[in-house]
Amino acid sequence: MAKQEPRPSLEDLDTRLKKARAAQSGPSGRGGQDKTGGIGFAVQAGIGLVGTLAVSVAIGYLLDLWLGTRPWLMVVFFFLGAGAGGLNVYRLSQRIVAAQAEAAEERTEGGPEA
Amino acid sequence: MAAEEAHSPLGQFEILSLVPIRLGRLDASFTNSALFMVVAALTVTLFLTLGMRKRAMVPSRWQSMAEISYEFVANMVRDNVGTEGRRYFPFIFTLFMFILFANGLGLIPYTFTVTSHIIVTFALAVVVFVGVTIIGIVTHGLKWFTFFMPTGVPLYMAPLLVPLEVLSYLARPVTLALRLFANMMAGHTMLGVFAGFVVALGFAGFAPLAVDVALYGLEVVVAGLQAYVFTILTCLYLSDALHLH
Repeated sequence: MAKQEPRPSLEDLDTRLKKARAAQSGPSGRGGQDKTGGIGFAVQAGIGLVGTLAVSVAIGYLLDLWLGTRPWLMVVFFFLGAGAGGLNVYRLSQRIVAAQAEAAEERTEGGPEA
Repeated sequence: MAAEEAHSPLGQFEILSLVPIRLGRLDASFTNSALFMVVAALTVTLFLTLGMRKRAMVPSRWQSMAEISYEFVANMVRDNVGTEGRRYFPFIFTLFMFILFANGLGLIPYTFTVTSHIIVTFALAVVVFVGVTIIGIVTHGLKWFTFFMPTGVPLYMAPLLVPLEVLSYLARPVTLALRLFANMMAGHTMLGVFAGFVVALGFAGFAPLAVDVALYGLEVVVAGLQAYVFTILTCLYLSDALHLH
């Protein structure tokens, strides 16, 4: 009995090694797997929206100072910034929906819980 | 936290000059903030090198903590950037460990939280932003600029969408810095505010004390989570630079 034991365990080790190597070198998923949940999303969205707007307005204001066109560029950049902030939130929510869809797919493919 | 002068909840964020250094008109003093950055860097180094010293096949608890943190970041890089990201692993690992330890050390009473100052988080974010932009331009050359034109969008939309994309790209360092800073600063201020009530309320002070205990637990989670969020966003930005959408 004791003589036969090493073999299966070596084979087992081999398959496990192969699996680990595949995981190491295989192409892997891109895109965020955000595991932060609802509050994380809310905070991210808020900061993405307000931060982008603030940066845009600041850029507009500095351009105004430079070109002497106060306040027009700031106004333009305010709206651009609002748009860019909205775009950020849209992107973020899309990523989360994609991650959820992926998770749901994995669950159905994997059959009963692994 | 705050020394003798009143118990202001904001006193904990005060920058104190420990070793005054002046370079011409520049105040380059060694401050408490700098001290805790050094402490964080040293603690990370000690944690990892001493933990891995024995290199045991069956790791001790300490060694396995070091291994877990390595694997955690390695998996994060692989999942979000792919195999091309492996070259940048040392930087991302350093970033994660530094922020994690800076956040964590700040939770020990009488220490200073480096990451509660926006200039610190902004400096980190700018390093990431500039680095990622350079990596993007070096890998893709002029083609990198197509990053600002979303795929599958009609050409007549470009004049509107390109400025939006550029702005949201430029806002990245600010939002990245703001997220870490705001979380750390707000949490520590809350702790300070409730701590200020404990003695003032006398016997009823156990109520704010209980709140502080609960908040402290939350802050431990936030410290880890924000280090994770900062790192994962760095990974995503790096992935954008390497793959262009």
